[in-house]
Amino acid sequence: MIEIKSLSKEFPDKKVLHNINCTFFDGKTNLIIGQSGSGKTVLMNCVVGLLEPTVGEVLYDGRDFVKMNKNERTQLRREMGMLFQSSALFDSLTVLENVMFPLDMFSTLSLKERKKRALDCLDRVNLVEAQNKLPAELSGGMQKRAAIARAISMKPKYLFCDEPNSGLDPKTSIVIDQLIHEITVENSMTTIVNTHDMNSVMDIGENILFIYKGNKEWQGTNKEILTSKNQRLNDFIFASDFSKQMKKNIEENELQ
Amino acid sequence: MLVYKFLYSLGRYLCLMGRTFQRPERMKMFFKNYYREIYQLGINSIGIVLLISFFIGAVICIQIKVNVQSPWMPLWVSGYTTREIMLLEFSSSIMCLILSGKIGSNIASELGTMRVTQQIDALEIMGVNSANFLILPKILAIVTMIPILVTFSVASGIVGAYATAYIGHIITPADLTAGMQHDFTQWFFWMGVVKSIFFAFIIASVSSYYGYYVKGGSIEVGKASTNAVVSSSVLILFSDIFLTEMLS
Repeated sequence: MIEIKSLSKEFPDKKVLHNINCTFFDGKTNLIIGQSGSGKTVLMNCVVGLLEPTVGEVLYDGRDFVKMNKNERTQLRREMGMLFQSSALFDSLTVLENVMFPLDMFSTLSLKERKKRALDCLDRVNLVEAQNKLPAELSGGMQKRAAIARAISMKPKYLFCDEPNSGLDPKTSIVIDQLIHEITVENSMTTIVNTHDMNSVMDIGENILFIYKGNKEWQGTNKEILTSKNQRLNDFIFASDFSKQMKKNIEENELQ
Repeated sequence: MLVYKFLYSLGRYLCLMGRTFQRPERMKMFFKNYYREIYQLGINSIGIVLLISFFIGAVICIQIKVNVQSPWMPLWVSGYTTREIMLLEFSSSIMCLILSGKIGSNIASELGTMRVTQQIDALEIMGVNSANFLILPKILAIVTMIPILVTFSVASGIVGAYATAYIGHIITPADLTAGMQHDFTQWFFWMGVVKSIFFAFIIASVSSYYGYYVKGGSIEVGKASTNAVVSSSVLILFSDIFLTEMLS
Protein backbone atom coordinates (compact mmCIF):
# COMPACT_ATOMS: atom_id res chain seq x y z
CA MET A 1 0.00 0.00 0.00
CA ILE A 2 1.21 3.49 -0.83
CA GLU A 3 -0.09 6.46 1.15
CA ILE A 4 0.44 10.07 0.19
CA LYS A 5 0.08 12.58 3.02
CA SER A 6 -0.15 16.35 2.59
CA LEU A 7 2.04 16.30 -0.50
CA SER A 8 2.75 19.59 -2.26
CA LYS A 9 5.20 20.32 -5.05
CA GLU A 10 6.36 23.76 -5.96
CA PHE A 11 8.69 24.78 -8.79
CA PRO A 12 10.45 28.18 -8.77
CA ASP A 13 7.81 29.66 -11.08
CA LYS A 14 4.70 27.60 -10.22
CA LYS A 15 3.01 25.54 -7.52
CA VAL A 16 1.90 22.33 -9.23
CA LEU A 17 0.50 20.12 -6.45
CA HIS A 18 -1.51 21.35 -3.46
CA ASN A 19 -1.82 19.24 -0.32
CA ILE A 20 -2.59 15.85 -1.90
CA ASN A 21 -3.78 13.08 0.45
CA CYS A 22 -4.65 9.67 -0.93
CA THR A 23 -4.08 5.91 -0.62
CA PHE A 24 -3.20 3.39 -3.32
CA PHE A 25 -4.17 -0.19 -2.42
CA ASP A 26 -2.45 -3.58 -2.78
CA GLY A 27 -3.65 -5.92 -5.54
CA LYS A 28 -5.61 -3.12 -7.15
CA THR A 29 -5.09 -1.05 -10.26
CA ASN A 30 -4.98 2.50 -8.93
CA LEU A 31 -5.45 5.21 -11.53
CA ILE A 32 -4.43 8.86 -11.49
CA ILE A 33 -6.50 10.80 -14.01
CA GLY A 34 -6.74 14.44 -14.97
CA GLN A 35 -6.34 16.87 -17.82
CA SER A 36 -2.97 17.51 -19.43
CA GLY A 37 -1.04 19.87 -17.17
CA SER A 38 -3.10 19.01 -14.08
CA GLY A 39 -0.07 17.56 -12.26
CA LYS A 40 -0.49 13.80 -12.78
CA THR A 41 3.04 13.19 -13.99
CA VAL A 42 4.52 15.47 -11.30
CA LEU A 43 2.59 13.49 -8.68
CA MET A 44 3.84 10.19 -10.03
CA ASN A 45 7.41 11.50 -10.26
CA CYS A 46 7.16 12.61 -6.61
CA VAL A 47 5.88 9.16 -5.63
CA VAL A 48 8.69 7.28 -7.42
CA GLY A 49 11.34 9.77 -6.28
CA LEU A 50 12.27 11.32 -9.61
CA LEU A 51 11.18 14.64 -8.04
CA GLU A 52 11.43 15.69 -4.41
CA PRO A 53 8.12 16.91 -2.93
CA THR A 54 8.28 20.39 -1.40
CA VAL A 55 6.36 19.09 1.63
CA GLY A 56 4.56 15.87 2.47
CA GLU A 57 5.09 12.17 2.97
CA VAL A 58 5.09 9.22 0.58
CA LEU A 59 4.66 6.04 2.62
CA TYR A 60 5.47 2.66 1.08
CA ASP A 61 3.86 0.21 3.52
CA GLY A 62 4.59 2.71 6.27
CA ARG A 63 8.14 3.55 5.12
CA ASP A 64 8.52 7.25 4.29
CA PHE A 65 10.38 7.49 0.99
CA VAL A 66 11.00 11.23 1.37
CA LYS A 67 12.94 10.79 4.62
CA MET A 68 14.98 7.80 3.45
CA ASN A 69 18.73 8.07 2.92
CA LYS A 70 20.37 7.15 -0.39
CA ASN A 71 20.96 3.49 0.47
CA GLU A 72 17.45 2.97 1.80
CA ARG A 73 16.03 4.53 -1.35
CA THR A 74 18.19 2.28 -3.53
CA GLN A 75 16.90 -0.77 -1.65
CA LEU A 76 13.29 0.37 -1.96
CA ARG A 77 13.71 1.11 -5.65
CA ARG A 78 14.54 -2.55 -6.20
CA GLU A 79 10.97 -3.28 -5.11
CA MET A 80 9.63 -0.96 -7.83
CA GLY A 81 8.94 -1.54 -11.50
CA MET A 82 8.07 1.24 -13.89
CA LEU A 83 6.57 1.39 -17.33
CA PHE A 84 7.42 4.71 -18.97
CA GLN A 85 5.37 6.59 -21.54
CA SER A 86 8.14 6.12 -24.11
CA SER A 87 8.78 2.50 -22.95
CA ALA A 88 12.40 3.56 -22.18
CA LEU A 89 13.86 0.26 -23.39
CA PHE A 90 17.65 0.35 -23.79
CA ASP A 91 18.30 0.84 -27.52
CA SER A 92 21.52 -1.13 -27.68
CA LEU A 93 20.13 -4.25 -25.96
CA THR A 94 17.83 -6.91 -27.38
CA VAL A 95 14.41 -7.48 -25.83
CA LEU A 96 15.71 -10.45 -23.82
CA GLU A 97 18.75 -8.46 -22.62
CA ASN A 98 16.45 -5.59 -21.62
CA VAL A 99 14.31 -7.93 -19.51
CA MET A 100 17.40 -9.58 -18.04
CA PHE A 101 19.01 -6.22 -17.21
CA PRO A 102 17.56 -5.75 -13.68
CA LEU A 103 18.33 -9.39 -12.93
CA ASP A 104 21.92 -9.00 -14.18
CA MET A 105 22.34 -5.93 -12.00
CA PHE A 106 20.75 -7.04 -8.75
CA SER A 107 19.92 -10.73 -8.55
CA THR A 108 22.21 -13.51 -7.37
CA LEU A 109 20.62 -16.02 -9.77
CA SER A 110 22.77 -18.00 -12.19
CA LEU A 111 22.77 -17.05 -15.87
CA LYS A 112 20.50 -19.99 -16.66
CA GLU A 113 18.02 -18.99 -13.94
CA ARG A 114 18.11 -15.33 -15.02
CA LYS A 115 17.41 -16.30 -18.61
CA LYS A 116 14.57 -18.58 -17.54
CA ARG A 117 13.01 -15.82 -15.41
CA ALA A 118 13.31 -13.33 -18.28
CA LEU A 119 11.75 -15.78 -20.74
CA ASP A 120 8.92 -16.45 -18.27
CA CYS A 121 8.25 -12.69 -18.12
CA LEU A 122 8.33 -12.43 -21.91
CA ASP A 123 6.00 -15.42 -22.11
CA ARG A 124 3.63 -13.65 -19.71
CA VAL A 125 3.38 -10.73 -22.14
CA ASN A 126 3.34 -13.02 -25.24
CA LEU A 127 6.63 -11.73 -26.57
CA VAL A 128 8.94 -14.75 -26.51
CA GLU A 129 9.22 -14.78 -30.30
CA ALA A 130 10.68 -11.23 -30.28
CA GLN A 131 13.34 -11.96 -27.66
CA ASN A 132 16.27 -11.41 -30.03
CA LYS A 133 14.94 -8.25 -31.64
CA LEU A 134 16.13 -4.74 -30.84
CA PRO A 135 13.54 -2.27 -29.46
CA ALA A 136 13.63 -0.26 -32.70
CA GLU A 137 12.37 -3.33 -34.57
CA LEU A 138 9.23 -3.61 -32.42
CA SER A 139 5.82 -1.94 -32.81
CA GLY A 140 4.61 0.49 -30.11
CA GLY A 141 2.45 -2.16 -28.44
CA MET A 142 5.26 -4.72 -28.46
CA GLN A 143 7.62 -2.14 -26.93
CA LYS A 144 5.11 -1.53 -24.14
CA ARG A 145 4.78 -5.27 -23.53
CA ALA A 146 8.58 -5.65 -23.45
CA ALA A 147 8.76 -2.77 -20.97
CA ILE A 148 6.12 -4.48 -18.79
CA ALA A 149 8.17 -7.69 -18.90
CA ARG A 150 11.25 -5.74 -17.78
CA ALA A 151 9.27 -3.98 -15.03
CA ILE A 152 8.04 -7.28 -13.55
CA SER A 153 11.28 -9.26 -13.95
CA MET A 154 12.37 -8.47 -10.37
CA LYS A 155 8.88 -9.36 -9.06
CA PRO A 156 8.28 -5.83 -7.74
CA LYS A 157 5.84 -4.97 -4.96
CA TYR A 158 5.00 -1.65 -6.60
CA LEU A 159 4.33 -1.09 -10.30
CA PHE A 160 4.09 2.38 -11.84
CA CYS A 161 2.79 3.00 -15.35
CA ASP A 162 3.05 6.47 -16.89
CA GLU A 163 0.47 6.80 -19.66
CA PRO A 164 0.85 3.19 -20.85
CA ASN A 165 -1.61 3.68 -23.72
CA SER A 166 -0.17 6.81 -25.26
CA GLY A 167 0.37 6.35 -28.98
CA LEU A 168 -1.45 3.00 -29.10
CA ASP A 169 -4.60 2.06 -31.00
CA PRO A 170 -7.72 1.28 -28.87
CA LYS A 171 -7.43 -2.50 -29.31
CA THR A 172 -3.78 -2.62 -28.30
CA SER A 173 -4.55 -0.25 -25.41
CA ILE A 174 -7.11 -2.74 -24.07
CA VAL A 175 -4.53 -5.55 -24.31
CA ILE A 176 -1.99 -3.47 -22.35
CA ASP A 177 -4.61 -2.45 -19.75
CA GLN A 178 -5.73 -6.03 -19.23
CA LEU A 179 -2.13 -7.19 -18.95
CA ILE A 180 -1.36 -4.57 -16.28
CA HIS A 181 -4.55 -5.49 -14.39
CA GLU A 182 -3.92 -9.26 -14.54
CA ILE A 183 -0.29 -8.90 -13.43
CA THR A 184 -1.39 -6.66 -10.55
CA VAL A 185 -3.92 -9.21 -9.30
CA GLU A 186 -1.63 -12.23 -9.85
CA ASN A 187 1.23 -10.71 -7.86
CA SER A 188 -0.82 -8.61 -5.38
CA MET A 189 1.17 -5.56 -6.40
CA THR A 190 0.32 -1.95 -5.69
CA THR A 191 -0.07 -0.59 -9.19
CA ILE A 192 -0.44 3.09 -10.03
CA VAL A 193 -1.38 3.99 -13.59
CA ASN A 194 -1.19 7.56 -14.79
CA THR A 195 -3.64 7.95 -17.66
CA HIS A 196 -6.20 10.06 -19.44
CA ASP A 197 -7.52 7.17 -21.50
CA MET A 198 -11.21 6.75 -20.69
CA ASN A 199 -11.27 3.10 -21.77
CA SER A 200 -8.62 2.39 -19.12
CA VAL A 201 -10.66 4.28 -16.54
CA MET A 202 -13.77 2.20 -17.23
CA ASP A 203 -11.98 -1.14 -17.72
CA ILE A 204 -9.43 -1.35 -14.93
CA GLY A 205 -10.00 1.64 -12.62
CA GLU A 206 -10.55 -0.02 -9.24
CA ASN A 207 -9.36 3.05 -7.34
CA ILE A 208 -9.33 6.32 -9.26
CA LEU A 209 -7.80 9.60 -8.14
CA PHE A 210 -8.92 12.64 -10.13
CA ILE A 211 -6.51 15.58 -10.07
CA TYR A 212 -7.76 19.03 -11.06
CA LYS A 213 -5.29 21.93 -11.28
CA GLY A 214 -2.97 20.25 -8.79
CA ASN A 215 -5.68 19.45 -6.24
CA LYS A 216 -7.27 16.13 -5.35
CA GLU A 217 -10.77 16.62 -6.70
CA TRP A 218 -12.33 13.18 -6.39
CA GLN A 219 -11.47 9.58 -5.47
CA GLY A 220 -13.56 6.47 -6.13
CA THR A 221 -14.07 3.40 -8.33
CA ASN A 222 -14.96 3.06 -12.01
CA LYS A 223 -18.53 2.22 -11.03
CA GLU A 224 -18.87 5.29 -8.83
CA ILE A 225 -17.53 7.53 -11.60
CA LEU A 226 -20.65 6.91 -13.69
CA THR A 227 -22.93 8.24 -10.99
CA SER A 228 -20.70 10.94 -9.58
CA LYS A 229 -22.17 14.42 -9.21
CA ASN A 230 -18.77 16.12 -9.29
CA GLN A 231 -19.12 18.62 -12.12
CA ARG A 232 -15.39 18.91 -12.88
CA LEU A 233 -15.05 15.13 -13.01
CA ASN A 234 -18.09 14.83 -15.27
CA ASP A 235 -16.76 17.56 -17.56
CA PHE A 236 -13.51 15.65 -17.84
CA ILE A 237 -14.89 12.12 -18.21
CA PHE A 238 -17.89 12.93 -20.35
CA ALA A 239 -16.28 15.58 -22.52
CA SER A 240 -17.79 14.60 -25.87
CA ASP A 241 -21.48 14.85 -26.87
CA PHE A 242 -21.57 11.08 -27.35
CA SER A 243 -20.33 10.38 -23.82
CA LYS A 244 -22.66 13.03 -22.38
CA GLN A 245 -25.58 11.22 -24.01
CA MET A 246 -24.27 7.92 -22.62
CA LYS A 247 -24.16 9.39 -19.10
CA LYS A 248 -27.73 10.73 -19.55
CA ASN A 249 -28.94 7.29 -20.64
CA ILE A 250 -27.32 5.68 -17.60
CA GLU A 251 -28.99 8.18 -15.27
CA GLU A 252 -32.39 7.65 -16.94
CA ASN A 253 -32.03 3.87 -16.65
CA GLU A 254 -31.22 4.26 -12.97
CA LEU A 255 -34.34 6.38 -12.42
CA GLN A 256 -36.53 3.78 -14.14
CA MET B 1 24.78 36.35 -13.64
CA LEU B 2 27.65 34.89 -15.65
CA VAL B 3 29.58 34.10 -12.47
CA TYR B 4 26.47 32.46 -10.96
CA LYS B 5 25.96 30.39 -14.11
CA PHE B 6 29.62 29.33 -14.10
CA LEU B 7 29.55 28.36 -10.40
CA TYR B 8 26.24 26.52 -10.86
CA SER B 9 27.63 24.53 -13.81
CA LEU B 10 30.88 23.82 -11.99
CA GLY B 11 29.02 22.61 -8.91
CA ARG B 12 26.75 20.38 -10.96
CA TYR B 13 29.74 19.01 -12.87
CA LEU B 14 31.57 18.19 -9.63
CA CYS B 15 28.44 16.53 -8.17
CA LEU B 16 28.14 14.44 -11.34
CA MET B 17 31.78 13.40 -11.09
CA GLY B 18 31.20 12.55 -7.42
CA ARG B 19 28.38 10.21 -8.43
CA THR B 20 30.41 8.85 -11.33
CA PHE B 21 33.57 7.92 -9.43
CA GLN B 22 32.06 5.34 -7.13
CA ARG B 23 32.60 1.60 -6.99
CA PRO B 24 30.46 -0.05 -9.71
CA GLU B 25 27.60 -2.14 -8.35
CA ARG B 26 28.38 -5.07 -10.62
CA MET B 27 32.00 -5.34 -11.83
CA LYS B 28 30.97 -7.78 -14.55
CA MET B 29 28.51 -5.26 -16.02
CA PHE B 30 31.10 -2.50 -15.64
CA PHE B 31 33.75 -4.39 -17.60
CA LYS B 32 31.21 -5.33 -20.27
CA ASN B 33 30.43 -1.63 -20.75
CA TYR B 34 34.11 -0.69 -20.50
CA TYR B 35 35.12 -3.06 -23.32
CA ARG B 36 32.19 -1.88 -25.42
CA GLU B 37 33.25 1.76 -24.98
CA ILE B 38 36.88 0.92 -25.78
CA TYR B 39 35.68 -0.54 -29.07
CA GLN B 40 33.10 2.13 -29.84
CA LEU B 41 35.05 5.23 -28.81
CA GLY B 42 38.66 4.05 -29.13
CA ILE B 43 39.08 1.30 -31.73
CA ASN B 44 36.58 3.00 -34.05
CA SER B 45 38.69 6.18 -33.94
CA ILE B 46 41.93 4.52 -35.07
CA GLY B 47 41.12 4.96 -38.77
CA ILE B 48 40.51 8.71 -38.60
CA VAL B 49 43.59 9.22 -36.37
CA LEU B 50 45.87 7.33 -38.78
CA LEU B 51 44.44 9.10 -41.82
CA ILE B 52 44.70 12.66 -40.45
CA SER B 53 48.13 12.10 -38.90
CA PHE B 54 49.51 10.55 -42.09
CA PHE B 55 48.56 13.56 -44.18
CA ILE B 56 49.56 16.15 -41.57
CA GLY B 57 52.96 14.44 -41.16
CA ALA B 58 53.42 14.51 -44.93
CA VAL B 59 52.28 18.13 -45.27
CA ILE B 60 54.51 19.40 -42.41
CA CYS B 61 57.48 17.71 -44.05
CA ILE B 62 56.69 19.25 -47.44
CA GLN B 63 56.05 22.72 -45.99
CA ILE B 64 59.33 22.77 -44.07
CA LYS B 65 61.31 21.40 -46.97
CA VAL B 66 59.78 23.61 -49.68
CA ASN B 67 58.87 26.82 -47.86
CA VAL B 68 61.03 27.08 -44.76
CA GLN B 69 64.32 25.34 -45.45
CA SER B 70 67.10 27.55 -46.83
CA PRO B 71 70.67 26.75 -47.89
CA TRP B 72 72.11 27.81 -44.54
CA MET B 73 69.95 25.27 -42.68
CA PRO B 74 71.07 21.66 -42.23
CA LEU B 75 69.46 19.07 -44.55
CA TRP B 76 67.94 17.16 -41.65
CA VAL B 77 65.83 20.10 -40.47
CA SER B 78 62.62 18.93 -42.23
CA GLY B 79 62.65 15.51 -40.55
CA TYR B 80 63.62 17.02 -37.20
CA THR B 81 60.84 19.63 -37.29
CA THR B 82 58.22 17.10 -38.43
CA ARG B 83 59.10 14.78 -35.56
CA GLU B 84 59.05 17.54 -32.95
CA ILE B 85 55.74 19.02 -34.13
CA MET B 86 54.11 15.58 -34.15
CA LEU B 87 55.49 14.66 -30.73
CA LEU B 88 55.07 17.95 -28.93
CA GLU B 89 51.80 19.33 -30.18
CA PHE B 90 49.96 17.71 -33.05
CA SER B 91 49.53 14.13 -31.85
CA SER B 92 48.60 15.12 -28.31
CA SER B 93 46.79 18.47 -28.44
CA ILE B 94 45.52 18.91 -31.99
CA MET B 95 44.55 15.24 -32.30
CA CYS B 96 42.63 15.51 -29.01
CA LEU B 97 40.86 18.59 -30.35
CA ILE B 98 39.84 16.56 -33.40
CA LEU B 99 38.81 13.63 -31.22
CA SER B 100 36.74 15.92 -29.00
CA GLY B 101 34.62 16.54 -32.09
CA LYS B 102 34.19 12.87 -32.86
CA ILE B 103 34.06 11.31 -29.39
CA GLY B 104 32.58 14.29 -27.53
CA SER B 105 29.58 14.66 -29.82
CA ASN B 106 29.09 10.88 -29.74
CA ILE B 107 28.97 10.79 -25.94
CA ALA B 108 26.79 13.90 -25.55
CA SER B 109 24.25 12.76 -28.14
CA GLU B 110 24.12 9.19 -26.77
CA LEU B 111 23.54 10.31 -23.18
CA GLY B 112 21.22 13.13 -24.27
CA THR B 113 19.06 10.73 -26.25
CA MET B 114 18.99 8.35 -23.28
CA ARG B 115 17.86 11.25 -21.10
CA VAL B 116 15.04 12.47 -23.36
CA THR B 117 13.76 8.93 -24.00
CA GLN B 118 13.67 8.34 -20.21
CA GLN B 119 16.25 5.53 -20.32
CA ILE B 120 18.28 7.30 -17.61
CA ASP B 121 15.11 7.66 -15.50
CA ALA B 122 14.49 3.93 -15.99
CA LEU B 123 17.96 3.19 -14.59
CA GLU B 124 17.34 5.46 -11.60
CA ILE B 125 13.98 3.83 -10.86
CA MET B 126 15.66 0.43 -10.90
CA GLY B 127 18.05 1.70 -8.22
CA VAL B 128 21.06 1.91 -10.55
CA ASN B 129 23.51 4.80 -10.12
CA SER B 130 23.06 5.95 -13.72
CA ALA B 131 26.05 8.33 -13.69
CA ASN B 132 28.37 5.59 -12.48
CA PHE B 133 26.88 2.98 -14.82
CA LEU B 134 26.93 5.12 -17.97
CA ILE B 135 29.76 7.63 -17.54
CA LEU B 136 32.53 5.82 -15.66
CA PRO B 137 33.13 3.21 -18.40
CA LYS B 138 33.28 5.99 -21.00
CA ILE B 139 35.81 8.08 -19.06
CA LEU B 140 38.05 5.12 -18.27
CA ALA B 141 37.81 3.75 -21.82
CA ILE B 142 38.84 7.09 -23.33
CA VAL B 143 41.61 7.65 -20.78
CA THR B 144 42.89 4.17 -21.71
CA MET B 145 42.60 4.57 -25.46
CA ILE B 146 43.70 8.15 -26.17
CA PRO B 147 47.37 7.65 -25.19
CA ILE B 148 47.38 4.66 -27.56
CA LEU B 149 45.80 6.78 -30.30
CA VAL B 150 48.42 9.47 -29.68
CA THR B 151 51.16 6.88 -30.17
CA PHE B 152 49.52 5.71 -33.40
CA SER B 153 49.24 9.33 -34.50
CA VAL B 154 52.98 9.98 -34.02
CA ALA B 155 53.83 6.78 -35.92
CA SER B 156 51.40 7.59 -38.71
CA GLY B 157 52.75 11.15 -39.03
CA ILE B 158 56.28 9.81 -39.40
CA VAL B 159 55.10 7.30 -42.02
CA GLY B 160 53.43 10.24 -43.82
CA ALA B 161 56.72 12.13 -43.79
CA TYR B 162 58.50 9.08 -45.24
CA ALA B 163 55.83 8.88 -47.94
CA THR B 164 56.97 12.34 -49.15
CA ALA B 165 60.47 10.98 -49.36
CA TYR B 166 59.79 7.62 -51.03
CA ILE B 167 56.74 8.51 -53.16
CA GLY B 168 56.91 12.30 -53.59
CA HIS B 169 60.76 12.50 -53.68
CA ILE B 170 60.55 15.86 -51.89
CA ILE B 171 63.38 14.92 -49.54
CA THR B 172 65.87 12.09 -49.50
CA PRO B 173 65.13 9.25 -47.07
CA ALA B 174 68.63 9.63 -45.63
CA ASP B 175 68.10 13.32 -44.78
CA LEU B 176 64.70 12.57 -43.32
CA THR B 177 66.08 9.72 -41.19
CA ALA B 178 68.92 11.94 -40.01
CA GLY B 179 66.37 14.57 -38.94
CA MET B 180 64.14 12.02 -37.25
CA GLN B 181 67.08 10.71 -35.21
CA HIS B 182 68.65 14.07 -34.43
CA ASP B 183 68.77 15.05 -30.75
CA PHE B 184 65.83 12.82 -29.77
CA THR B 185 64.41 13.57 -26.29
CA GLN B 186 62.33 10.66 -25.05
CA TRP B 187 60.49 12.89 -22.54
CA PHE B 188 58.78 14.72 -25.43
CA PHE B 189 56.92 11.52 -26.25
CA TRP B 190 55.89 10.98 -22.62
CA MET B 191 54.89 14.62 -22.32
CA GLY B 192 52.45 14.11 -25.18
CA VAL B 193 51.08 10.98 -23.51
CA VAL B 194 50.63 12.74 -20.14
CA LYS B 195 48.91 15.69 -21.80
CA SER B 196 46.61 13.40 -23.75
CA ILE B 197 45.47 11.68 -20.53
CA PHE B 198 44.30 15.04 -19.17
CA PHE B 199 42.63 15.90 -22.46
CA ALA B 200 40.94 12.51 -22.57
CA PHE B 201 39.42 13.15 -19.15
CA ILE B 202 38.23 16.59 -20.27
CA ILE B 203 36.62 15.21 -23.46
CA ALA B 204 34.81 12.36 -21.71
CA SER B 205 33.69 14.15 -18.55
CA VAL B 206 32.62 17.45 -20.12
CA SER B 207 30.72 15.72 -22.94
CA SER B 208 29.05 13.40 -20.44
CA TYR B 209 28.03 16.40 -18.34
CA TYR B 210 26.33 18.10 -21.29
CA GLY B 211 24.62 14.91 -22.44
CA TYR B 212 23.51 13.76 -18.99
CA TYR B 213 21.70 16.98 -18.11
CA VAL B 214 19.83 17.51 -21.39
CA LYS B 215 16.25 18.72 -20.96
CA GLY B 216 13.79 18.74 -23.84
CA GLY B 217 13.92 16.99 -27.18
CA SER B 218 16.03 16.46 -30.27
CA ILE B 219 16.95 20.15 -30.66
CA GLU B 220 18.35 20.24 -27.12
CA VAL B 221 20.29 17.02 -27.78
CA GLY B 222 21.85 18.70 -30.82
CA LYS B 223 22.68 21.81 -28.79
CA ALA B 224 24.20 19.71 -26.01
CA SER B 225 26.33 17.91 -28.56
CA THR B 226 27.61 21.22 -29.98
CA ASN B 227 28.18 22.70 -26.50
CA ALA B 228 30.08 19.58 -25.47
CA VAL B 229 32.49 19.91 -28.40
CA VAL B 230 32.95 23.68 -27.98
CA SER B 231 33.49 23.51 -24.20
CA SER B 232 35.85 20.55 -24.28
CA SER B 233 37.85 22.17 -27.13
CA VAL B 234 38.21 25.44 -25.20
CA LEU B 235 39.19 23.58 -22.02
CA ILE B 236 41.75 21.52 -23.95
CA LEU B 237 43.30 24.69 -25.38
CA PHE B 238 43.48 26.40 -21.97
CA SER B 239 44.82 23.37 -20.15
CA ASP B 240 47.34 22.83 -22.96
CA ILE B 241 49.05 26.09 -22.01
CA PHE B 242 49.33 25.15 -18.34
CA LEU B 243 50.33 21.54 -18.99
CA THR B 244 52.99 22.55 -21.51
CA GLU B 245 54.37 25.07 -19.05
CA MET B 246 54.35 22.54 -16.22
CA LEU B 247 55.75 19.58 -18.14
CA SER B 248 58.46 21.41 -20.12
